[in-house]
Amino acid sequence: MTDSSVPTTTLSDFRRSRSLFQWARNRAALGAAGVICLLVVAAIVGPLLSPYAIDSLDWQHMAAAPFGPDRHWLGTDRLGRDLFVRTLNGVRISLVISLVSTAISLAIGVTWGAVAGYVGGRVDELMMRFVDVLYSLPYLFIVIILTTLFERGSLPVLFFAIGAVGWLTTARIIRGQTLSLARREFIEAARATGASTPAILLRHIIPNLTGPIIVYAALTIPQMILFESFLSFLGLGVQEPLASLGSLINDGAQEMQSAPWMLLVPATFLVVLLMCFNLVGDALSDALDPRDVGGARE
Amino acid sequence: MLRYAVRRIAGVIPTLLVIITASFFIVRLAPGGPFDQEQTLSREVRANLDRVYGFDQPITVQYARYLRALSHGDFGPSYKQRDFSVTELIAQGLPVSATLGLTAMLLALALGIGFGVAAAVRRQTSVDFGITSLVVLGMALPAFVVGPLLALVFGVYLQWLPAGGWEAGEPRYFVLPAVTLALPVSAYIARLTRSSVLEVLRANFIRTARARGLGFRRILWGHVLRPALLPVVSYVGPATAFVVTGSLVVETVFGLPGTGRYLVQGAINRDYTLVMGMVIVYGTLVVLLNLLTDLVYGWLDPRVRHD
Repeated sequence: MTDSSVPTTTLSDFRRSRSLFQWARNRAALGAAGVICLLVVAAIVGPLLSPYAIDSLDWQHMAAAPFGPDRHWLGTDRLGRDLFVRTLNGVRISLVISLVSTAISLAIGVTWGAVAGYVGGRVDELMMRFVDVLYSLPYLFIVIILTTLFERGSLPVLFFAIGAVGWLTTARIIRGQTLSLARREFIEAARATGASTPAILLRHIIPNLTGPIIVYAALTIPQMILFESFLSFLGLGVQEPLASLGSLINDGAQEMQSAPWMLLVPATFLVVLLMCFNLVGDALSDALDPRDVGGARE
Repeated sequence: MLRYAVRRIAGVIPTLLVIITASFFIVRLAPGGPFDQEQTLSREVRANLDRVYGFDQPITVQYARYLRALSHGDFGPSYKQRDFSVTELIAQGLPVSATLGLTAMLLALALGIGFGVAAAVRRQTSVDFGITSLVVLGMALPAFVVGPLLALVFGVYLQWLPAGGWEAGEPRYFVLPAVTLALPVSAYIARLTRSSVLEVLRANFIRTARARGLGFRRILWGHVLRPALLPVVSYVGPATAFVVTGSLVVETVFGLPGTGRYLVQGAINRDYTLVMGMVIVYGTLVVLLNLLTDLVYGWLDPRVRHD
């Protein structure tokens, strides 16, 4: 039964090869992907190049401007902490939180959507009604409630709180895809051989949804980065001495009259990161999203 | 239309109940109580506090009490600002927040529709390219980046407008916050408008209108805009949610005494009743505006209500 998905792979292979070609033509997206790779490497390697730690105070150079003395390449904050190190660490934290919560939200969304779409009937109706209700709530408030209740700044709480609200769109899309997949012959064949529902979902349905899953992963990541920095900006996310881009921007906003670079440095990194992820996500969804296979876009 | 309206209105009630029930139980079942951080309360004082706030009752009784009080518009006492009830705090902040939100929404609609139509009409020219790039930038720039930057440029360097603070009846204090709040929404609206105007321009009835010899201006105002703005109407609901969440940031950045700042402070101070009250107020607002959007949409586009 492992080969039961053969009839679809030829078609989707064809589509994928063409769409990969399309995607490769999209130079802006490729450039953006390159910048993301660069930022990932910088976030990992960068802090090692500087002699400073994220929480080390340099009393000689407090609030020093960028390209300043003593290898403070991007300046220091009011306490003399090195901004290059803190910002790159912030990028790293933002990336980690967004990746983990994207994974969480995809796991929930794909399971929810696939089960609802495959099982159907009343279960489907109930599950999707629940999604509708959650959809009409401003989700950031749920996150704020969750961060109010649990230990502040604990990374697992942040992963969970942010990931728990991002899965709704994914669930809807995956359900729609599952509905059409469930009617295909190879699923019927699998059922005829007596495969159990979980087995069918795991081995036949979900592997065939790889395209939309990748697209929604790419579209979810920048949203998660935004949520995380939003919370950290308000003081509800990552706590001192750790820094994320959001909390650095908040620190910078307090000091912008005397030390504008404290605001500009992390803000630039955040905006570049968000724009690159958005570009890559849009390009991927143009290329892989089955909803507009024809590619007839304005 | 009536059946459609009744069905949509009936659909709102469970949502509101879910908001209220979920925020109540999440808050009550969470580890830790509102008085945990205050050190060395003697047992008697603690018992008295619990009795005053009703914590000695079973949770179902507390829930029933909360619902009953809520139906009278009473959100209970604030746990941290002892002299105020949550209702009083909301009543203080709401005028500021409502003015800010409404101004921002109108500004976003005006900017977004204007730029969107301009980009669609001048498709594939430098105007279109410029607007589209601005839109990408506007959507990628979150309010907590735009706000401080605007305050820095216009408040600190140019000194045209106050960088923060608020005085009643002084519109100058509203300009930067409203612009900050409106920018990302207007970017979305511009993108929506652009693509839907382009789509309508390709429709058969527009070709017919052209064939009849109508001028472009006439076609644009008389035939294109109404159907093209339908997606924008349906975006007003989500946009409200966006403006509401954005106002949390904007009120914090510019130091406005609105409800958004209370919510943030309440969350930081773990003032449970305040957070709950705010979430209920904002949640209701968003749900009602979504409802209104759906009704207006159903009224504008008959295809929707005959589903």
